[in-house]
Amino acid sequence: MTEIRAEMVANVWKVVAAEGDTVADGDTLVILESMKMEIPVLAEGAGSISRMAVSEGDVIQEGDLIAIIE
Amino acid sequence: MSAPVRTVLAGMLPGVPDSVLIANRGEIARRVARTARRMGVRVIAVYSEADADLPYVAEADEAVLIGPAPPRLSYLNADAILAAAARTGAQAVHPGYGFLAENAEFAQRVLDEGLTWIGPSPYAIEQMGDKIRARNLMTDVGIPVAHGSSEPVRDAADAVAHASRIGYPVMIKAAAGGGGIGMTISADDDQLRAGFETARSRAERFFGDPAILIERYITSARHVEVQILGLADGRVIALGERDCSAQRRHQKLAEETPSPGVGADLRERMLATAVRAGEAVGYRGAGTVECLVDSQTSEFVFLEMNTRLQVEHPVTEMVTGIDLVEQQFLIADGAEVSFDPGSVQPSGHALELRVYAEDPVRFLPSPGAITEWKEPAGAGVRVDAGYAAGNVVTPHYDPLVAKLVVHGADRAQALDRARQAVGEFVVTGPKTNLAFHTDLLNCREFASGDYDTSVVSRLRP
Repeated sequence: MTEIRAEMVANVWKVVAAEGDTVADGDTLVILESMKMEIPVLAEGAGSISRMAVSEGDVIQEGDLIAIIE
Repeated sequence: MSAPVRTVLAGMLPGVPDSVLIANRGEIARRVARTARRMGVRVIAVYSEADADLPYVAEADEAVLIGPAPPRLSYLNADAILAAAARTGAQAVHPGYGFLAENAEFAQRVLDEGLTWIGPSPYAIEQMGDKIRARNLMTDVGIPVAHGSSEPVRDAADAVAHASRIGYPVMIKAAAGGGGIGMTISADDDQLRAGFETARSRAERFFGDPAILIERYITSARHVEVQILGLADGRVIALGERDCSAQRRHQKLAEETPSPGVGADLRERMLATAVRAGEAVGYRGAGTVECLVDSQTSEFVFLEMNTRLQVEHPVTEMVTGIDLVEQQFLIADGAEVSFDPGSVQPSGHALELRVYAEDPVRFLPSPGAITEWKEPAGAGVRVDAGYAAGNVVTPHYDPLVAKLVVHGADRAQALDRARQAVGEFVVTGPKTNLAFHTDLLNCREFASGDYDTSVVSRLRP
């Protein structure tokens, strides 16, 4: 199981992957926006997304859970 | 006829409004306020809920909350800003840079309210705001532009057709864009097809206009811009150039003047061209003509014109001794500038380092609370800061927290002073790119002066 967490305070701009999706290492899960920059959050390892913890428009803090890949 | 009577009241002097609303935030709001105060002009700040604690709000004579943190609800909210102007009795509006600064409709609304717009005419903003229109206009008056498209590129297939005519590599740009957002380089058809769609969606999202243009990309080039000033009597003058080649993600990190890559002959031609560009739109006030200089051929092409005060304007101020914001105020009210336009003699060398709240290696945003903030000081050192200890850098706006500007008798002294000042600048809390600036100042390529727009990517591969 891999927990993907936020590296910084950011707004969730786009949720690209959904719960139940199968993803490969490096696939984009969500795109964050912070300080006028888009920051893609990538899958760290292959698997299926058992939880997508954020929605578009959310403001997330550093360390917040974004998704779980199993 | 009696001589005009001058009083010490700001509002009675030609060229000086009684009060100004600064439609911006952070360092630029503070910088404009500094000159306004010196001129005896009452300062009205506007702020979003996220910025209530910033220094520029506390220092203003009056401050108005205009909305929640997201820019479209606050700093891009023309209705809220004009309502604040009406309520506070502001006589003038200074837009700073970014946000509504290059929005012709906003400028027109300010004028329609009977207020002084501290910027060029809505017509000039409109002509230069669309990069395709600006390119075509420049071509019409004989100013060189990069090989490119003269009308919006419709789709990926159209883009490929243009590229086959122009030749790779090409740069994809948003016609309404700025700040490097949505710009992508493509080396072949496949990259172009992929890049086109991304650029189009970003253009739509960030600028509300999906129009795209394609230009030949010059592989080794310097980004050099000319500061112009359109005077109240219609003359346009050039106040030297700035080299902005040190960039990451097509956004500037460091700027200097004079450009180490521009000789006397090239400078003369670039300044004359910039004046012609300004004259082509009847330009009034401070503006910047951005060019690319091919490192191999020393030929230059027009990139775009920014119809506002530029972020890096302080380097020009440091070598000329001219307060550009003061000239903006004077010109906006039809007054003469405070210096003799015929005898400007730049002196020494100036360098600006943009201090961003981002990590110094990957350049990723790093918002957070500032627990310690200590600015450098000393001979030739100027800091234009938007923050102080106790402030929080939020993710809502761009990462610029301060500009460190240094002046020296020559480039070597300016670099030495910059190295020392960077070392003395303490920001604790958010990560900053100060450590990157130390690396930049010490790297052989930058220190030699012989660098191009790829210098940062070579330093941080």
